[in-house]
Amino acid sequence: MIDLIGYGAFFLTTALIFSLVTLGLNLQWGLTGLFNVGLAGFVAIGAYTSALLTTPEDAARLGGFGLPILVGWLGAMVVGGIAAALTGMATLRLRSDYLAITTFGVAVVVQLVALNAQKLTGGPFGIGFIPRPFGGLAETPLLFNLSNLAVVCAVTLIAYLALEHLSRSPWGRVLKALREDERAAISLGKSARFYRVQAFAVGGAIMALAGALQAHFTGFIAPDNYLPILTFQVWVMLIVGGSGSNPGAVIGSILVWGIWAGSGTLTSVLFAPEQQARAASLQIVAIGVMLCVILLIRPNGLFGDGPRRPRLDKRAKVAAGESGSGS
Amino acid sequence: MSLQFVVDGLLTGSMIGLGAIGVTLTYSILRFSNFAHGDFMAWGTYATLAVVSAIGATFGKIAPIAPLSFGWPLLVALVVGMAFTALLALLLDKVLFSRLRSQGQAIIVVMASFGASMALRSLLEFTFTSRPTYFSRAIQIAMPVGFGIRITPDQIALLLLTAVLVLGVHLLMTRTQTGRAMQALSQNAALARIVGIDVASVVRVTWVIGGALACVAGVMIGILVQIRPFMGFDMLLPMFAAAILGGIGSIPGAVLGGLIIGLAEAGAVQLIGAEWRAAVSFIILMAVLFVRPIGLFGVRER
Repeated sequence: MIDLIGYGAFFLTTALIFSLVTLGLNLQWGLTGLFNVGLAGFVAIGAYTSALLTTPEDAARLGGFGLPILVGWLGAMVVGGIAAALTGMATLRLRSDYLAITTFGVAVVVQLVALNAQKLTGGPFGIGFIPRPFGGLAETPLLFNLSNLAVVCAVTLIAYLALEHLSRSPWGRVLKALREDERAAISLGKSARFYRVQAFAVGGAIMALAGALQAHFTGFIAPDNYLPILTFQVWVMLIVGGSGSNPGAVIGSILVWGIWAGSGTLTSVLFAPEQQARAASLQIVAIGVMLCVILLIRPNGLFGDGPRRPRLDKRAKVAAGESGSGS
Repeated sequence: MSLQFVVDGLLTGSMIGLGAIGVTLTYSILRFSNFAHGDFMAWGTYATLAVVSAIGATFGKIAPIAPLSFGWPLLVALVVGMAFTALLALLLDKVLFSRLRSQGQAIIVVMASFGASMALRSLLEFTFTSRPTYFSRAIQIAMPVGFGIRITPDQIALLLLTAVLVLGVHLLMTRTQTGRAMQALSQNAALARIVGIDVASVVRVTWVIGGALACVAGVMIGILVQIRPFMGFDMLLPMFAAAILGGIGSIPGAVLGGLIIGLAEAGAVQLIGAEWRAAVSFIILMAVLFVRPIGLFGVRER
């Protein structure tokens, strides 16, 4: 029983960290329509920044500044936000596909730096001894897991409330306006590029924060944690939950992580150890097909308000016609 | 620094360039960046490998053609593989991309291609495992050709094959009615429909050319480097960078972009080290986006 609660807490902690990334992506894609296929890179930037700032000094690499964990998290958000802002500034004046390609490149480069810049990132062996928020409780795993869960819950809740508030604020309404009809929004005097860079930066900062949380929760990070598969998982979470909806992002993350972890356990039970790697790739195939099927049959996900669809177009036109005849 | 990097760069550049032709065509005619293009490469290569093994099993061991490391089975298999990859691209378009395209949201198609890419690659990993394989394990002796450059017969053959293919596609695009229809569609889709161009058939030709060339590029990597499920995915960033550097929609641009990136990569390998190779295309991509986002031969969008 105790084991089960402990596992439940562990599962929820991971799922909530994922939902934090998904919330960041929802701000970028769901609210603003910016396509980020390199989000694993931004998560990695956050994790490595926080790890560098907070670990004890290490002769083998730069830093290990031994700063408090909160400073690490703040630093992660700042660096992640700056990286996202730079990416945005380079590409947001161009076609939307260029942003996709550039973010993809960012993830590739971050992965390269994590692997090869040994002095900074510890190379393929990663960084260990990252301080954990309730490290003293590690003797009693249950208490440790629950207190971690509480921290992650609190951070996710704060981010969630802040994003809900933002999306209803004038700032959020401008973003939605830009997504729906860029020309109309620009004609009202809103600078499309400026708002988009801001949204992209805030989203990147949230992803970096999630990366930092994960790093301090596991105490160890390595380049393998930030492969394209991470980007892919988060996208599936957002699409299942429904892009544009913050509750959808959270529920979608928990649901998809449940399916992922569940099918992972299932394959480890069903397949012999030497077949595990192959079974794991079949798992990815299944999730990839699932993404495509959802895009085809239910593009708005479970809760989404997604970008405007053609059939809503008609209604909008009718409404416009009525108001036109009324005046 | 030895001049060997020129040969290495031209070879890598040919692989990137052949792949980038497909990327640039889908981008300019279907208007989305296809993240599954790299996986077409890998699928084509594994299909070719399967046919080569099947021929080997039926006819027994066949001696390679004089100086080359491969014989006629590989040439036959390559043609089959090209047809297979073209069919795969057409199939994926039919079940996925064309339906999403009709919903009119370009970026959703990009996302679907990202999902399809993951699924295709993992399916390869499932079937063939992630262990690298080879067309031939024979070692070729490189011949010195002066200036400290060495080149193997395989490399010469593949460079010639690339030149022939690029010339062929270029002639197809500029001298035939199909090619002109493709150009018209990429320049102004609405006007192209008005003058009665059969959009569906142009879309089919686009996938066939892109898929077939991706297969050739993949087989080149298979002959010169190795065959892995991730071989195509790793080429994705260089291919996008080459297509954008050359200017979206331009076939000579895509090939030239590929050659430039290949040469830059080979130079960087000599100067900085092989581990930073993948960063080269990213740096070139960012430079192009800042300085001249329409690329070398691009046309400003109207």
